[in-house]
Amino acid sequence: MSTATRPGARNKEPVGIVGVGQTKHVAARRDVSIAGLVREAAVRALEDAALGWADIDAVVIGKAPDFFEGVMMPELYLADALGAVGKPMLRVHTAGSVGGSTALVAADLVAARLHRTVLTLAFEKQSESNAMWGLSLPVPFQQPLLAGAGGFFAPHVRAYMHRTSAPDHIGALVAYKDRRNALRNPYAHLHEEGLTLEKVRSSPMLWDPIRYSETCPSSDGACAMVLTDRAGAARAPRPPAWVHGGAMRSEPTLFAGKDAVSPRAGTDCAADVYRQAGVADPRREIDVVEMYVPFSWYEPMWLENLGFAEEGEGWRMTESGATGPGGELPVNPSGGVLSTNPIGASGMLRFAEAALQVRGAAGAHQVPGARRALGHAYGGGSQFFAMWLVGDRPPTT
Amino acid sequence: MNAAPAHGTLSAPLVVEFPFTRSLGPVQSAFLTGLRERTVLGVRTADGRTLVPPAEYDPDTAAELRDLVEVGRTGTVTTWAWNSAPRRGQPLRHPFAWALVRLDGADTALLHALDVPGGPAQVRTGMRVRIRWAEERSGAITDIACFEPAADAADDSTRPAARPHSGAFADPVHGIVAEARLDYTYTPGRAQTRYLEALARHRTLGERCPGCRKVYVPPRGACPTCGVPTAEQVEVGPAGTVTTFCVVNIKAKGLDIEVPYVYAHIALDGAGLALHGRIAGIPYDQVRMGLRVEPVWTEGGRHPDHYRPTGEPDAAPETYQELL
Repeated sequence: MSTATRPGARNKEPVGIVGVGQTKHVAARRDVSIAGLVREAAVRALEDAALGWADIDAVVIGKAPDFFEGVMMPELYLADALGAVGKPMLRVHTAGSVGGSTALVAADLVAARLHRTVLTLAFEKQSESNAMWGLSLPVPFQQPLLAGAGGFFAPHVRAYMHRTSAPDHIGALVAYKDRRNALRNPYAHLHEEGLTLEKVRSSPMLWDPIRYSETCPSSDGACAMVLTDRAGAARAPRPPAWVHGGAMRSEPTLFAGKDAVSPRAGTDCAADVYRQAGVADPRREIDVVEMYVPFSWYEPMWLENLGFAEEGEGWRMTESGATGPGGELPVNPSGGVLSTNPIGASGMLRFAEAALQVRGAAGAHQVPGARRALGHAYGGGSQFFAMWLVGDRPPTT
Repeated sequence: MNAAPAHGTLSAPLVVEFPFTRSLGPVQSAFLTGLRERTVLGVRTADGRTLVPPAEYDPDTAAELRDLVEVGRTGTVTTWAWNSAPRRGQPLRHPFAWALVRLDGADTALLHALDVPGGPAQVRTGMRVRIRWAEERSGAITDIACFEPAADAADDSTRPAARPHSGAFADPVHGIVAEARLDYTYTPGRAQTRYLEALARHRTLGERCPGCRKVYVPPRGACPTCGVPTAEQVEVGPAGTVTTFCVVNIKAKGLDIEVPYVYAHIALDGAGLALHGRIAGIPYDQVRMGLRVEPVWTEGGRHPDHYRPTGEPDAAPETYQELL
């Protein structure tokens, strides 16, 4: 249940994001252990907040399945690297949305006044893992899955195209836009300087209708944030971002009546966040969105699911350029999951990039004057959704 | 796989096995390379303690640790447990003690095997032990084959303290491969067992939810929407409709299927949701939403090998829109 619908919700402590840190995402960080990788992001977040390990009251960490790297319960061994010894340390896991839900658990600890300052972090070291293998164990008696992650999602993309009569080229527009955006984000994994729309369109068709250039890369990376209460935010050296709403929803991967193109869990989650934040018209009232788009077509699909476009109109919004830099609603100015995908961290990167935008700290990919930003993550077979809406001013309710 | 007696549920071994790679980072790289060179390195904390095995970050202060030191190859058992039945992959094949050994010059203990031919009666806390090196060393914890008793080794109070070490070696090890293996026994449960037994007779049995009346295929014994048990068996199919699909152009590891092929969602007639299958018997670029298909079985197959067109006219979109 959302905190906004609970009695006494007004007594929540406002939550400020005062530190953001991430690694330079790459295909393989062979120079560091997992501990070294998470440490790098955590230290950058602490430096941004001008805080030390002793200032942190609790640590909330997230990653995708343990099978990916084969380190069971890695949070146990990462406690040293994250200064968590003697403090509460929680692990969150909600598949690909985990980075988002991890941040929300951390935010709730501050909002509930259980802890004043919380370090939250998510990571994946995909070079040491095998995500494809980890997701398709040979379960006896069951028919093997006949395709990888792209093959799992491609039929849903086709269903979207069929339902909305979207023309074939929309996916390529999204991929081209996000990869171009990544050139302005020094932390992004893919920096494809010479990329053209034509190159995206002519890249190999992997799982028709999904082309190679419309799929996310496999990255090593970590993302960390420092969340704190009003008093902590007042001491912060740089402007905080403030949490105006946050929610999670889940539903089964497969059930009779599931709308795989626009899952109800996603719509409900967004509606809860908007209600908490007092947003009546998300398209007008939100300045920038960082949404989880691992395959290009998910941009128009989520635009509809999240209420930024009417049903069937998401692809027109993408086609119009409204989601590009300088558009009416820039989507994924960081380059998004299509340019950077350390799976467990990908959701937190969306949340962190939203925070950077309203702090005015997004550097070359800053959306001028961004005051409200949505961070969005989903995971599993469109099972888990996590979102937060952040603003440049403290919440008024 | 072994099918259980007709009255029971199915069960089969599930072995999960993978060679994971690990990047070591500077401290573990020096430690494991050192073992290859028969040198045991620890790391010094700001308060002067020596941690062996070394940690990258101080467990007390979170400070980054990089001051490497060399410690002795003999040490003292701080505690132990007897392992009377070693398992696959453990350091020794015969019974041994798992021991925590504080090497001379170290302040913390290292876990390893202790080979004591005389059995548990010969093991005691405080006993002196030394490293038995593996003959072939590659830069891994297994470069220490095990520890062995060393009654002759001097008391650690007479040993020199840990000495600073640069951690530099020729041809350092930067990564290791960790062979992970988990052995499970998988039981699909009663609902799946009934489903699989029917499939063996080339019939597809779903289960209808008493609440929403939807038919689940494969059945799960419960409706995930209503949260109630499903008991009413309903035969569906054999024919069905392609609701959506993709054309797979990249070969999946371990799948002996030539690309391109069509991976489709197929709503069997009477089913409340689509299942997944491969479409063949038609050129891949002629597969379409609404195509009517039927299963094709191969000898001994537990599931249909693929689905092929029935030749019927395509299903009207409104008949499968809600199954997308």
